[in-house]
Amino acid sequence: MAASKLDLLQGTLDLMVLQTLAALGPLHGYGIARRIEQVSGDRILLNQGTIYAALVRLRQRGWIAAAWGTSEHNRRARFYSLTRSGRRQLARDASYWQRLAAAVGRVLALPHQEDGA
Amino acid sequence: MSPGELLRRLGALLRRRGEDADMDAELEAHLDLSEADHRRQGMTAAAARRRALVALGGLEQAREGQRAARGFPWLGAALRDAAYALRGLRREPGFALAAVLTLALAIGANVAVFSVVDAILLRPLPFPQPQRLLWMAPKPSPCSLSCETYTADAYEEFVAQNRSFTSVAGYSPFTSAENLRLTGRGEPQPVTGVGVTVNFFQSLGVSPVLGRQFEARDAATGAAPVALISYAYWRRQLNANPAVVGRALDINGAPLTVVGVLPANFDFGAVFWPGVNVQMFVPLVLDDIRNQGNTLLLLGRLRDGVTLAQAQAESDSILPRLYFRSTIPASYGFYRRRLMRLETLKEYVSGRLRRSLILLWCAVGAILLIACVNLANLMLARTAARRKEFALRAALGASRARLFRQWLTESAVLAAAGAAAGLGLAAAMVAFLARRGSLALPLLGEVRLDGGAVFWTLAVAAAAMLLFGVAPALKAASVDPQPALQEAGPSFSDGPSHQRLRSTLVIAEVAMAAMLLVAAGLLLRSFLRVLDLDLGFVPSHAAAIKVDYDTNADGAHRYAFFEQMIERVQAVPGIEAAGVADYLPLGRNRSWGPVGVKGVQYRPGQLPSPFVYMVTPGYFRAMGMRLRGRDFAWSDGANSPPVIVLNYTAAHALWPNDDGIGRIATINGVDRRLIGVLDDVRAANVEGQAGWQVYFSLAQEGPNGAQLVVRSHLPPEALALEVMAALRTVNPNQPAAALRPVAAIVDAAESPRRFFALLVAAFAVFGIALAGLGIYGVIAYGVTRRRQEIAIRMALGASRARVQLGVMAGALRLALVGLVLGTVASLLMARALAALLFGIAPGDPATFAAMVALLVAAAAVAAYLPARRAARIPPMAALRGD
Repeated sequence: MAASKLDLLQGTLDLMVLQTLAALGPLHGYGIARRIEQVSGDRILLNQGTIYAALVRLRQRGWIAAAWGTSEHNRRARFYSLTRSGRRQLARDASYWQRLAAAVGRVLALPHQEDGA
Repeated sequence: MSPGELLRRLGALLRRRGEDADMDAELEAHLDLSEADHRRQGMTAAAARRRALVALGGLEQAREGQRAARGFPWLGAALRDAAYALRGLRREPGFALAAVLTLALAIGANVAVFSVVDAILLRPLPFPQPQRLLWMAPKPSPCSLSCETYTADAYEEFVAQNRSFTSVAGYSPFTSAENLRLTGRGEPQPVTGVGVTVNFFQSLGVSPVLGRQFEARDAATGAAPVALISYAYWRRQLNANPAVVGRALDINGAPLTVVGVLPANFDFGAVFWPGVNVQMFVPLVLDDIRNQGNTLLLLGRLRDGVTLAQAQAESDSILPRLYFRSTIPASYGFYRRRLMRLETLKEYVSGRLRRSLILLWCAVGAILLIACVNLANLMLARTAARRKEFALRAALGASRARLFRQWLTESAVLAAAGAAAGLGLAAAMVAFLARRGSLALPLLGEVRLDGGAVFWTLAVAAAAMLLFGVAPALKAASVDPQPALQEAGPSFSDGPSHQRLRSTLVIAEVAMAAMLLVAAGLLLRSFLRVLDLDLGFVPSHAAAIKVDYDTNADGAHRYAFFEQMIERVQAVPGIEAAGVADYLPLGRNRSWGPVGVKGVQYRPGQLPSPFVYMVTPGYFRAMGMRLRGRDFAWSDGANSPPVIVLNYTAAHALWPNDDGIGRIATINGVDRRLIGVLDDVRAANVEGQAGWQVYFSLAQEGPNGAQLVVRSHLPPEALALEVMAALRTVNPNQPAAALRPVAAIVDAAESPRRFFALLVAAFAVFGIALAGLGIYGVIAYGVTRRRQEIAIRMALGASRARVQLGVMAGALRLALVGLVLGTVASLLMARALAALLFGIAPGDPATFAAMVALLVAAAAVAAYLPARRAARIPPMAALRGD
């Protein structure tokens, strides 16, 4: 299992950010946060503010890039986009999660042993 | 972390303000967007704004979250902790200064000792593949050098027969310092030269930086005299002239061609002749020394794949088959009882010092422990005093780990400052030591602060930080917020367990200080015992100077020359006695075959080889030696009946029933009459037993150099000029030489023992000072803590004296427990030290008693001030509840 619950949470959040950007294209922080909220409820994102720590992490690892631009309401906002290495990382993470989910599913599908005979 | 990530994090670190501005703008934009969304759902502007903030989860948290992920988060926290620690220390400059000073002294001493141990014990010799170099000599014996050397014939035969060594080389140790004269450039200059086999430097792996090595033709009979000179000599005396190769120097009146200059890092004296600076090397012409007996000290380089054990076995089989002199068939098997005991060259050079150095290392480690214990106590006191502050921080949300880290940072800052200052101190100490040429320790010139020393500094500082920082930090982190915040007055009620911990630490300190004191006491007393020894001569008020004479003159002329010289020197006002000898005690020495009673047959090996000296009349008086019978007289010339003087040990062994004066002894086949018996002189070393000593008249046996000894109550500096003038009237070519006090020779012989004794004593003083400070700290703190209790006692009628005695008794109790532990530990340690002692038992009661007395006194002194302070607490303080 993950080293700590915090790491697991961070890892999942990072994955969701990457996925969001891959699906929706370049987006500002608010947009990413809203999208994740809609998809997963409050389970992953405690509050919208925590997205910014994740965005800093991802930017420092070189998986997303930031640029200032104008939002749909003519407001100045910082837009994030996926980089090439980010796309590669997303593919790696996604396949990892899928394999993990499949394996856990198989384990949980095993019939229970009857007690006593 | 990829390089890209590293750069990005670094960029964020450097652009902090810009990043903060970006972040604020981004969050502002976020809130605007969120607010707009909420307004679209129908809320008012104010409500929308509020909802946006709630959804964000708090502006400050978002900011902190970003900041924490940016750059190098742990670095930021560490820097903040360090800044906080510095602020805290600046508020208490006295404590900070005391702590840094103590650490600097302890760490500096540790690093300096490490450098010495590294240079002498740990570092391999500065030759290529030094572990293959072996010292080839028998076990040390009382007859010293003459029994560790081999003849030229034996050497050549060994080289021919052995298969374990790629090369065997040797040098002749029977020279004294400044044995050569550089003439032809104004006043003759003394030069120290050593004769070596032509393959000496090749065997060691030393190549000249200029010119060439010795070659076989340089050692052929009648070859042109050549020399290799040391780098330092080339630099200083020949001005680093690059054209020196091929130049001829005038040595002892004959030209000597310089064929090369040795590298700067080669120091013959450091390895083979501690305390002497050797400047010149000449190739030994084996044919010339074949008839001089045992003259070569040997060393060899092991062949690859051959172990020491194999070489030892082979040597054991070859040695008994060697001839002392191949032309003397009866000398076959001369070395049967002088088998080589092979050891690595490094072991030979530094093995003797291993115990002393380890003792020194342990002593300095004990100092570090004591210093750390002291600091730990001080830090614990500060922890207790600042409990409220930590309780507040814990209540505000700081985790235990955070508090622990913060407090440890303070220790780290102190340790870093102490390490930096300590490194500087160590550099100064090492520079001082490396320049002490008079200290006869091998490899002392190699002592330096290198990467290893810096690494050791860091390690010691880290260890110190852990030792004195962890316990207080744990205490600080485990503070319980509620009771601490509820305390009314200054927070001193830290519980008895806290005080117990501090008392235990102080007891440990006292025990270690006790061990240091015992070690220092034993070593000092050994040294004093050595100083007290009857050397057989009186070094004070005697001075010696090397004199030149015509080595080619015959016995009669030589004697007349010396007679005239001594007469002139004795005419100098202030000179009480003067005489000449070829070897002085405690310097180099030389042995001959045994001396026996005339007519008696002795078994080979039954008689020991004596030290042999050639002297003039007046020498014994000048040296303050005690003689029974008569001294040599100027009438005992070359053509007079052969006479001899023996020392007491030899005379008593040969003639046990009377003093032997007037009897005939035989040495080297010549019968000689014993005219005097000299009280034993410690000739080989100060601490060993005197062996047999034989003295010949300079007229009847050729000397091997000449040292003039004068006795005078005037200091040598006052006499030097006049003595030189007197010498020059007899020999205008007398080169400039120094009139050195004989006491200096004795000092040099004892210098290693004195060095170690004084160092350990210095550590002991430091240790007892620290222990005293520790006791003071604990007692003073206890008094402050129990202020109310003491005030109550005094209000109830206890007198001031009783209170004072009570405090002192507390201190003495601590000291006593420490003393008991320390005494037991010291007894065990002293037994391990026994090999280093001289003349006293490891359990010497006087030393232990002195240690106890000193520590009790220190405890009493340490407790005096707090006791007085306690006695001055006004009883009203009890009622005031301060």
